[in-house]
Amino acid sequence: MASVKTANDIKLIKYETQKRIGSRLGYSNYEGADIHMMICGSTGCTSSGSGKLITKLEELIARDEMGEKVAIVKTGCFGLCAEGPIIMVQPGNVMYTQVTTEDLDEIWEEHVKGGKPVERLISQNETEFFAKQERIALRNCGRINPECIDEYIAYDGYEALGKVLNEMDPDDVIDLIKESGLRGRGGGGFPAGRKWEAGARAESPIKYICCNADEGDPGAFMDRSILEGDPHSVIEAMIIAGYACGACKGFVYIRAEYPIAVDRLRTAIEQAREYGLLGDNIMGKGFSFDIEIRLGAGAFVCGEGSALMISIEGNRGEPRPKPPRATEKGIFGYPTVLNNVETFANVPQIIVRGLDWYNSIGTEKSKGTKVFAISGKINNTGLVEIPMGTNLREIIYDIGGGIPGGKQFKAAQTGGPSGGCIPAELIDTPIDYDSLTSLGSMMGSGGLIVMDETTCMVDIAKFFLEFTVDESCGKCPPCRIGTKRMLEILERITEGKGEMSDLEELEELAETIQKGALCGLGQSAPNPVLSTMKYFKDEYIAHVRDKKCPAGVCVSMLRFIIEAETCKRCGICAKNCPVGAISGSKETPYTIDQEKCIKCGVCMTKCPFKAIMKNA
Amino acid sequence: MCCEEQVLMQQKLDKVIEDHKDMQGALIPVLHEAQSIYGYLPYEVMKRIAEGLQIPVAKVYGVATFYSQFSLEKKGKYRINVCMGTACYVKGSGDILNKFRERLGIEVGECTDDGLFSLESCRCIGACGLAPVITINDEVYGRLTEKDIDAIIDKYEGMEA
Ligand SMILES: Cc1cc2nc3c(=O)[nH]c(=O)nc-3n(C[C@H](O)[C@H](O)[C@H](O)COP(=O)(O)O)c2cc1C
Ligand code: FES
Repeated sequence: MASVKTANDIKLIKYETQKRIGSRLGYSNYEGADIHMMICGSTGCTSSGSGKLITKLEELIARDEMGEKVAIVKTGCFGLCAEGPIIMVQPGNVMYTQVTTEDLDEIWEEHVKGGKPVERLISQNETEFFAKQERIALRNCGRINPECIDEYIAYDGYEALGKVLNEMDPDDVIDLIKESGLRGRGGGGFPAGRKWEAGARAESPIKYICCNADEGDPGAFMDRSILEGDPHSVIEAMIIAGYACGACKGFVYIRAEYPIAVDRLRTAIEQAREYGLLGDNIMGKGFSFDIEIRLGAGAFVCGEGSALMISIEGNRGEPRPKPPRATEKGIFGYPTVLNNVETFANVPQIIVRGLDWYNSIGTEKSKGTKVFAISGKINNTGLVEIPMGTNLREIIYDIGGGIPGGKQFKAAQTGGPSGGCIPAELIDTPIDYDSLTSLGSMMGSGGLIVMDETTCMVDIAKFFLEFTVDESCGKCPPCRIGTKRMLEILERITEGKGEMSDLEELEELAETIQKGALCGLGQSAPNPVLSTMKYFKDEYIAHVRDKKCPAGVCVSMLRFIIEAETCKRCGICAKNCPVGAISGSKETPYTIDQEKCIKCGVCMTKCPFKAIMKNA
Repeated sequence: MCCEEQVLMQQKLDKVIEDHKDMQGALIPVLHEAQSIYGYLPYEVMKRIAEGLQIPVAKVYGVATFYSQFSLEKKGKYRINVCMGTACYVKGSGDILNKFRERLGIEVGECTDDGLFSLESCRCIGACGLAPVITINDEVYGRLTEKDIDAIIDKYEGMEA
C-alpha cells in the first residue's frame, strides 16, 4: 500500500490511477479495463435491486472470461433515484435506468460485447435531469468507487490538502474560505469562513472540528449520498479545517439510520490513515489530525449544534442556551467548529479551482450551488445540485419533469419541520438563502417536497407539528407545551371541530413559541403552520367554517357517495364494506349509511364501475 | 433462551464495556453495541453498563429513553419500520402503516404474540426517492402500495414455515 509523504506522492498516485481507469476518462492510452460498468450501490438503488445486477454481471464476466476487459465499479448515487437501479457504461456516459437482470443480458451482448448501446433502455429523462445541474458537492457521486481512495485522488482528490499544507498559512485558508462566500449548508447559512476564523482565534490547547451528518430533516438525503458516494471529500475538508483552525481531531456525528454511509466513511477513514493523510505529521508538514465517528441514536434535535455536542459527550441531547458559542466552548468544553457534510464537500473544490470560478456561480449573497432532494409528487425524484438562484419552476418542470398524473402543482415545502411552503403563484422565485427566508420558509438542509392538488395543507401543517411534538426534547416549556397546544388545535380543525377563533389562537401561540423557545427546533416549529396559513388561508377557513377538506384528505370530513346513474347494482361494495354500512339490491339503488361509515374507502377501490365518489 | 447463550452475551457485553472504559462519552456507543448483542436494552443490561462505566443507572436509563433508536422492549424477529418522513407521508405511508396494523393486528411499538413481527414508524431513512419506504431489519423496500404488504408479510411467514 502506498503512503503519502509529500504532495508529489499525491500527483504520482493520481497519474497511476488515471492510467488505470483511463478508458473511463476517455483517454486513448490506458492500462486497465476497456469498459467500466458503473453501478449505483447507494441506499436507493440497492433497495431497487442493484446488488442482483452486480452478481449477475460478475457471472457474465466469468462466463465469457472478460475479467481483463470489463470492470465493475460500485459507485455512489447518480441522483436519479426514481429510476433505479442505474447502470452507466463508460466510456460514453451511457446511462441505463430501471435495469432488470434480463435487460443486463441484452446490454452485455449488444453494448459491452457488440459495441452498440441499447437504445430501448437508455434513460429518457437523463438529459433534462442533468442539463441545468452544476455538480460541485456531488461531483464524484456516480463517477468513482467511493471505497477506493486512489479513484478519489484520480479526480483531484487530496490536491487541495497538498496545496494548503505546502503553500498556505492557516490564515490564508481562512481568508480564502471567507472570500469564497461559502455559507453553511446545514440550515442557517452562516458564513463558513467566519466560523473557521472564530475557531482559529479561540485560545485552547485542544480544539475540535465536527461534521454534522445527522441529517434529521425528513425528505433530505444529500448528506447521506455524499458520504456514500464521495466520503473522502468530507474527510479532506475536515483535515483542511483542522489545519486552518489549529484543531487536532475531528468528529463525524452521523445518523445510525444510515448504515451504508457509516460503512463507507469508516473505510475511507481507514484508507486515509494508511496513506498517512490522517494521523501524525501529515505530508511531513508537522500537522497531525485524526477523525472519529460517533453514531447518533435517532433524535432529531441532535442535529442542532449544541445538542449534537452534548450527545457526543454521552448525554441526553438537550440543547443549551447560547452564548457561549461552540467555537468558544464545544465538545467536552473545547472550542469546536461545526459544519454540515455538504458545506465540507464544497471546500476542496474551492481550493483547487479558486475563487474566481466559485464566485461566478450563484447569486450575490448566496454563492455556489445547493443540493436539493426533490421528492413527493414529482416525476424525477432524486438529488439535484443547482446553482443558487435557480427558480422553482426550473427545478420542478425542467429538472424534475413535472407532476405525475397530470395533476396541478400546489406548493413545495422546503426547510423541513423548520421551514415553510412556497405556493404555486411564487413558482418563479429564484431560490437562495435570502429569498426563501423572505417567503417565510428557509433553505434548511435542502429537502424539497412537492405537493399537488391532492395534498391538504392543513394536514401537512399538522404532520409537521406532530413531528416537532415527537422530537421536542422537553427541556423548555414554550416548545414542549406550546407545540402540543398548537397540534391539538390543528387536530380539532382537521376533525371538523374547529372554530374561527382557533386561527387567531394559532397565530398567538406561534409568536410566543418563536420568541420563547430555547433552541432552533422550537423557535422554528411554528413556521410550517404560519406559512400554510399565509398562503392557504382559504383552506383553513374551508375546514373551520364549511367543515370541508378541499383536497379530500381529512378523513372525518369525507363523505363517500354512490352515484345512482353509474351504479350497476352489482353489490360488490356492500360485500366488501367492513362495517355493513352499504345497503341496496338489484331493485333498490345502493346507498351508504353515513352514520355507520368509517371512511375507510374500501368500497371506492372495489367498485368496478367507479360509481363511488369521495366528496369533500 | 438457554443460559449458555446468556453467558456468551454477557461476555460480549463485558468486553464492549472494557473496550470503551477510557473513551470520553462512551455511553451511547456502548448502548448501541449492547442493543446489537441483546436486540434491546433490558434493565439488567443497563445496570451492568452503569456499573462498568461507573455512572448512575438513572443516567443510563435517561439516555436510553431519550433516543428513539434504543428500545427497552423486546422486538420481533422481523422489525418492520414504516417511514413516516415527509416524502413518504405525502406519498401515502399512512395507508401503508394502517395496512400493517390491520394485517398483523398490532399497534406501533408492539410485537406479535409469536414474537415474529414488531411494528415501528420512523422519520426518514434517506431513501425518499423511493417513497413510500419501509425497512424490515436491514432490508429496504421502496415504491410500495398497500397491495404489496400482504405479499411481503407472506414472504417472511413463509421463511418460518
Ligand atoms: C432542530 C435543528 C436540527 C438541525 N439539524 C441539522 C442537521 O440534521 N444537519 C445539519 O447539518 N445541521 C442541522 N442543524 C443546523 C446546525 O445547528 C448547525 O447550524 C449546522 O450543522 C452548522 O453547519 P453549517 O454552518 O455548515 O450549516 C439543525 C438545527 C436545528 C435547530
Ligand atoms: S421520507 Fe421516507 S425515506 Fe425519507
